Parts: sequence; C-alpha cells; structure tokens
Amino acid sequence: MKILVAVKEVASLDDDFEIRDDQLDVDEDFLLYELNEWDDFSLEEAMSIKERSDTEVEVVVVSVGPDRVEESLRKCLAKGADRAIRVWSDEMEGSDSITVGRILAAVAEQEKPDMIFAGVQSSDNADASTGIAIASYLNWPHTAVVAGLDYTPGANKATASRELEGGLGQEVEISCPAVLTIQLGINTPRYASLRGIKQAAAKPIDEVSLSDLGLSAEEVGADAAFSRVRRMYIPEKGMATMIEGTTAEQAAKLAQIIKEFKGEA
Amino acid sequence: MKTILVVAESRQNELRPISLEVISAAQSVREADDKVVVAIIGQQSESYVDDLSLKGVDEVVAVKVSSEDFDADIHEAAVTSLMENYTPDVVLLPHSVDSLGYAPTLARKGNYGFATDVFKLEYDGQDLVVTRAGYNEKVHVEMDFPGKDCVILTIRSSVFKAVEESGSPSTTSLDMTNIGSRCQNVRYVEPEGADDIDITSVDFIMSIGRGIGEESNVDEFREMADLSGATLCCSRPIADSGWLPKSRQVGQSGKVVGNCKLYVAMGISGSIQHMAGMKHVPTIVAVNTDPGASIFTIAKYGIVGDIFEIEEELRTHFE
Ligand SMILES: Cc1cc2nc3c(=O)[nH]c(=O)nc-3n(C[C@H](O)[C@H](O)[C@H](O)COP(=O)(O)OP(=O)(O)OC[C@H]3O[C@@H](n4cnc5c(N)ncnc54)[C@H](O)[C@@H]3O)c2cc1C
Repeated sequence: MKILVAVKEVASLDDDFEIRDDQLDVDEDFLLYELNEWDDFSLEEAMSIKERSDTEVEVVVVSVGPDRVEESLRKCLAKGADRAIRVWSDEMEGSDSITVGRILAAVAEQEKPDMIFAGVQSSDNADASTGIAIASYLNWPHTAVVAGLDYTPGANKATASRELEGGLGQEVEISCPAVLTIQLGINTPRYASLRGIKQAAAKPIDEVSLSDLGLSAEEVGADAAFSRVRRMYIPEKGMATMIEGTTAEQAAKLAQIIKEFKGEA
Repeated sequence: MKTILVVAESRQNELRPISLEVISAAQSVREADDKVVVAIIGQQSESYVDDLSLKGVDEVVAVKVSSEDFDADIHEAAVTSLMENYTPDVVLLPHSVDSLGYAPTLARKGNYGFATDVFKLEYDGQDLVVTRAGYNEKVHVEMDFPGKDCVILTIRSSVFKAVEESGSPSTTSLDMTNIGSRCQNVRYVEPEGADDIDITSVDFIMSIGRGIGEESNVDEFREMADLSGATLCCSRPIADSGWLPKSRQVGQSGKVVGNCKLYVAMGISGSIQHMAGMKHVPTIVAVNTDPGASIFTIAKYGIVGDIFEIEEELRTHFE
C-alpha cells in the first residue's frame, strides 16, 4: 500500500521586501523558504495511517521545485517518510497551481498510490487548487478541506470529515483511491527526532524530470498556466493609526482605549 | 455582449448569503447588454428561486440533482452542462469550501482561465483583469487570462455588498438527477462548545494568535482579559493546538463576532480567514512585532511591539 503526499516549499516575505523591477513578483532576495504549514498535517496524517496499519504502507512525499526544495523534502524524510521525489525541469518555471497538479498527476500515474494527500492551500499563494487539480487529471474521487479521516490502507471507501464554514462538519463516504486536501488541525504534527534527522540524510530523493514523466514542454510552465500575473504591488496600508512611543506609553494608550470603551475614562 | 454565470450555494436547506455577494460581483462588471444568469443546484433548487430573483439578474436556473447536499462530482457535471448551454464568458463561484472541491476540475477540464479568492474584477478593453492577494496578504496581484474564451473565478466573501433589491428574471428548470457521484453525504456534525460562552454576543474581545508562542503563556493573557473585562478568544492555531476551546476561535471556520465593538488582537497576523470573523469590528487594536502584518490594514489602531512587554505594562493599568 502506498500514500503519496504532495508538499510545497512556500515563500514568506522578509520585512521591508521589495517588488521586482518588472513588477511581476517580489525580489528573490526577500523570500524566505519553508515547508507549507498545511503539509505538516498531511504528512502526519499519512504517517499515522502507516503506523496504525496492519499491512505495510509506504509514505512517499513529492514536490515540484528546484534544488532548494530538497531541504523541505529532507525535513519530511526526517519525520519518517520512506522516500521523496523532487520533480524539476527549467520548463516548469512559472507553472500555476493547476499545471503543478498536472505534473503531480503524472507522478501519481507512475507511483500508483492508493491515496493522495495535499494541503488545502499553500500559505503563500493560497490558490487552494493543486490537490483537486491532481484528482482532475487522474479522474479520481476527491474532496476538499478534510479535518478528520477514517481510512484503512487498501480499502475501497474512506470516511472523511469536511470542515465547512462556521466550523460545521460534514462526514462523507468517498470511494478510493482518492485525493483529499488536508486541513490544519486534523492531527498534531510530530517533530523530527534526532534519529530521524540522521536517517533522513541517508534516504534517497529521486530526481524526476519532464521527460521522465512523459510530459512535453508545452504542457507545463507559464505558457500552459490558466492565468497570468500582470502586476504585483504593495497595497495601501489602510487606516491604522500607529501608536508610537515607549512600550509604557503604547500600553497606556491601549489602556485608555479600553477604559473609554467601558465608560471608565 | 457577454454572459456571466453565477453559481449560487445552499446548505442544509438555506441559501448561503455569499451567493448574493457573488451576484453583486457580477454586477460590478456588467454592462448594459450583458446577461447575468444565476444557477442554483440541489434537490430542492426550485425553493431558492424567489430569493435569487434579484435586480440585475436576467435568468435564474434551478438545476434539480439527486442530492440536496453539496457533491463535487454532481456540481462539476451540472456546471459543465450549464456552461455548454449558456456559453458564458465569465463564471463566478463563491470562494467557499464547496467551490474549492470542484472549481479546479471545472477549469482544468474546459481549459478555462482560472483564479481563486478574487476580490476585484474589471475590464481593460476586452481583457478581464482580476485582483487577488499573494504572500499571505502582503501583496496584491493583478491577473489576466490571455487566449481564454471563458474564465472561472471564485469570489472572496465580505467584499461585494450583497444584492438585496428584488427583480423579475425569467426562470428555467433543468433536470440533472441522472448524474452519479463517488462521494456521499453521511451526516452533518455541529461544532462543539455549546456549553462555553457565546463569543458572537460579547462586545469586548482580547484575542491571541500564534505570537503567544507556547501554551504556558495563555494564562497571563487569560488574566489580562479578566482584569480588563474582555472575553479571551483566539486565532485558529491556538484552538487547533487545544490551548483554548474551538468555541473561542474567531474566523471563517470559527465564529463571526457579530456584536463585538472592541477587538484587541495580540500576535495575530491577519489571515483572510481570521479577518472574515472580525474585520467588521469598529475598533480593532492590533499588537504585532511585524510592521508589515496585514492585520494593520484593517485595524483602527496599531502597535508595533512585543505582546508580552505590552501585556506587562497594560496590566499595571488594571490591577
Ligand atoms: C478553510 C480555512 C479556514 C480557516 N479558518 C480559520 C479561522 O476560522 N480562524 C483563523 O484564525 N484562521 C483560520 N484559518 C487559518 C489561517 O489561514 C491562518 O493560518 C491563521 O489565521 C493564522 O493564525 P495567526 O495569525 O495566529 O498565526 P500567524 O499567521 O503565524 O501569525 C502570528 C503573528 O504573530 C506575530 N508575533 C509573533 N511573535 C510576536 C510577539 N512576541 N509579539 C507580537 N507579535 C508577535 C507575528 O509577527 C505574526 O504576525 C483557516 C484556513 C483555511 C484554509
């Protein structure tokens, strides 16, 4: 049995970041990379299914991205994933979330997993569409924003709890194999142990290219994307009046706001 | 002349209010000779036709399917055939959990233009240009869709003002009860925490976010909230970690704090899902070490500073 977990290395912004001269993205010097928060939860979900299972389960993590992505994949290996796959060819630069879904679906066709997890969204772009796009290319059943799961590896049905607006839950029975997008809070992600980190250094990270997947250059990258960035800009800062001064002065002003609200000042 | 198709949303026998906001988004780019078609999909779809008969809507289509509960396969098939019938130029869906479950497959299969969580639409000549946020709300991104005849967008909630004025569109019924599905509703589970205080009714909230760092720091903020007369609430990571009950979570998947007048946000970055629960509050004070935190874009007052230092000083005013 096999669970494929799609992960992404996301970028957050340094303080005082700047937009590139072509106004299409943030200047690379200000990007800080880390594993997407949602992916900690999908990996944990796969790991706990593996550990509870009577049959052997292989957990494979896959990410689309250049060399630097290795670091995030190592982190997943350190937490116990059996194997990692990094997919990259320069032609993939500029792929949008659906196109990344196409690439990951091609990986799934080769790996033939019994279940695929992806995060609900990534914290940088928050397109919230890669996971469902994978399902679309594979023509697999799919459900989004899963906050609870009852699944036995190899079973042809799983019960997933979708988290709806307002915290309402909806239990659904879904045919498997399926693609589920995993929500924050579905479990408590583990930390990598020292032993795990040591072992991860020795585990393989397979490198897969466009041609290995049987995809053509026209099927990936910016030209295959379903949208195009015209301009990126820093929005107006809004109306907040900044309370300046020493900490004591700032706190005094906050106290005054509270007391005025309560009619005590 | 273009056709805009809006897919409204219902749940548990009620029309979801965001549907009316999405109709408003359609109006924002509607020109005189355009056509706005609103579809509602469900077993009881006809019962929503009156509520959707609004000003600026030309046609309401009630699509009858075999399940009243949202189903990704059924919605995808139903919207696909609506798109074949109406050949819309733009399709607008709510940016909701349901839409997230099928909008990407819809776009992929038809090779349509696609963007999610859009909060602005406009035309630059013939080109549709939409705006969404990036990098955790710190930048805005304008996108377009070169070479695409049709574009599918999911629309952010609480941006467009719900259309309320009624109108007299034509109505159509379609039967698509033959669509099968690979995913069935079992039951709904109401959120827990009915025994806790109802945070939607309180007027003064102190809310803690991931900035508090560790569970052991929760107590000092609980004390601070008590001292100042506030109700202690939180962002999602705090509830997910079990440091405060889920009933105290503010936001899209938590509560909308409808009666709150003063909201003090401590170490909360201001994600769109958190803001969905509190951005309407008239007086928001945000304390955050990051001067670029997006919570400052909606706050009335901002303090760039450490929540622990501020809390220590603040305490002296209430002890
Ligand atoms: C479908 C869906 C539904 C969701 N529903 C909700 C919801 O209902 N509610 C919700 O809150 N989230 C929700 N989220 C999650 C949301 O996307 C964010 O992950 C979450 O809101 C982040 O919480 P935060 O601001 O506390 O944490 P972070 O984004 O990590 O921000 C922490 C902030 O604390 C600041 N900070 C750190 N240390 C200090 C210090 N010592 N002093 C001052 N400031 C400090 C940092 O600068 C940062 O700005 C949902 C997500 C999805 C996809």
